[in-house]
Amino acid sequence: MLIAISATESSVRANVDGRFGRCKHFMIFDTETSIFTPLENKAQFASGGAGIQAAQAIQNSGATVVLTGNVGPNAFTTLTAADIEIYVGASGTLQEAIRNFQAGTYKKAMGATVESKHGPA
Amino acid sequence: MMSTFEKNKPLVIAVASGKGGTGKTTVAVNLARTIRFAHIFDCDVEEPNVHLFLKPKITARQRVEVKVPKIDMHRCNLCRACADFCTYNALAVMPREVLVFPEICHSCGGCMLVCPQDAIREVGYEIGALEKGSIGTIGFTHGILHTGKPVGIPIIKKVKEQVGTSGIAIIDAPPGTSCAMVESVEGSDFCILVTEPTPFGLNDLKLAVEALCLLKIPFGVVINRSGVGNDDVRTYCAQEEIPVVMELPDDIRIARAYARGETILDALPEYRPLFTGLYDRIKELCRPGGKL
Repeated sequence: MLIAISATESSVRANVDGRFGRCKHFMIFDTETSIFTPLENKAQFASGGAGIQAAQAIQNSGATVVLTGNVGPNAFTTLTAADIEIYVGASGTLQEAIRNFQAGTYKKAMGATVESKHGPA
Repeated sequence: MMSTFEKNKPLVIAVASGKGGTGKTTVAVNLARTIRFAHIFDCDVEEPNVHLFLKPKITARQRVEVKVPKIDMHRCNLCRACADFCTYNALAVMPREVLVFPEICHSCGGCMLVCPQDAIREVGYEIGALEKGSIGTIGFTHGILHTGKPVGIPIIKKVKEQVGTSGIAIIDAPPGTSCAMVESVEGSDFCILVTEPTPFGLNDLKLAVEALCLLKIPFGVVINRSGVGNDDVRTYCAQEEIPVVMELPDDIRIARAYARGETILDALPEYRPLFTGLYDRIKELCRPGGKL
């Protein structure tokens, strides 16, 4: 399973970026191999629709789970249409986020957790 | 500059400002009341407020729609050409469907053109409304952008389509110098820039002056709440040879009337000559061979 985590930098030592659409990078974690693959979030500079663009990039990456802080309405709709599960409330380092996710700490988002254009969490 | 007293052509006077809350609507409404046979157009579609003062009888209402794409999933092969083209990310191609986000769409029609499957057609998407009416001899039109809809420009365009072929049109523009302000004042014969004699007022006045110079629209300045602040606006106007077409004093009674939703002409008729003078001054400045 591939897990996409919104991250502050392209590094295994990065922290979770609380924003989904406008995070700097996604770090794609493969649960089989425990390897991280970085994916730059080109949507971070979009004038609008960042969440939609980021969600399409996640879908192309093959990830089926997203770990992030919050998710806006358009990102939620787009990820859901791609059958990608979204877990919100993540923070701290990527390793902590993965551990917490596997321990079942984060709740699955059943809708947007913030409004459009929410910005920094 | 433009000659304005041609036959079959209205005299269009826009009221704008850089800074918000300087008194655009106060000036527009009282000028309309002074001219009596004017038609007032409230182009501040995000927050129209002329109706609060003129209390018009609304006689017609129409929906304002923009065109947004609709995907025919029987034809679509999920090729992504549309989503790749859309610079606003209003389309998302997902495994089973194409998502359309109408509130993000700018109605450019590009997705329809690039679709190799001919699977996209345009459908209407309501973003607001247009209301028309009158108060005595004054005509009234305003646009309303529905809450949550981000782009009011199409509504401003619709409001301005209602400007007749004769008579006097007064356009109450939205504040600032953004697209909405430019759309509202464009094509006007004269623009009144309302400001207040404060550093904020002056800063934003300069921005509005720059915009109007680019648009090549003749303009003059109304100094509202004259008596507060400092003399910098007056000095600036003198230096730049910008006519100050009216000064409205800082009078607590004007603020009280405003708060009650009354026009100055009704509440404080002693100010009528000031507005008559404003109208005369504008006519003088617009006349062929006038100062501008």
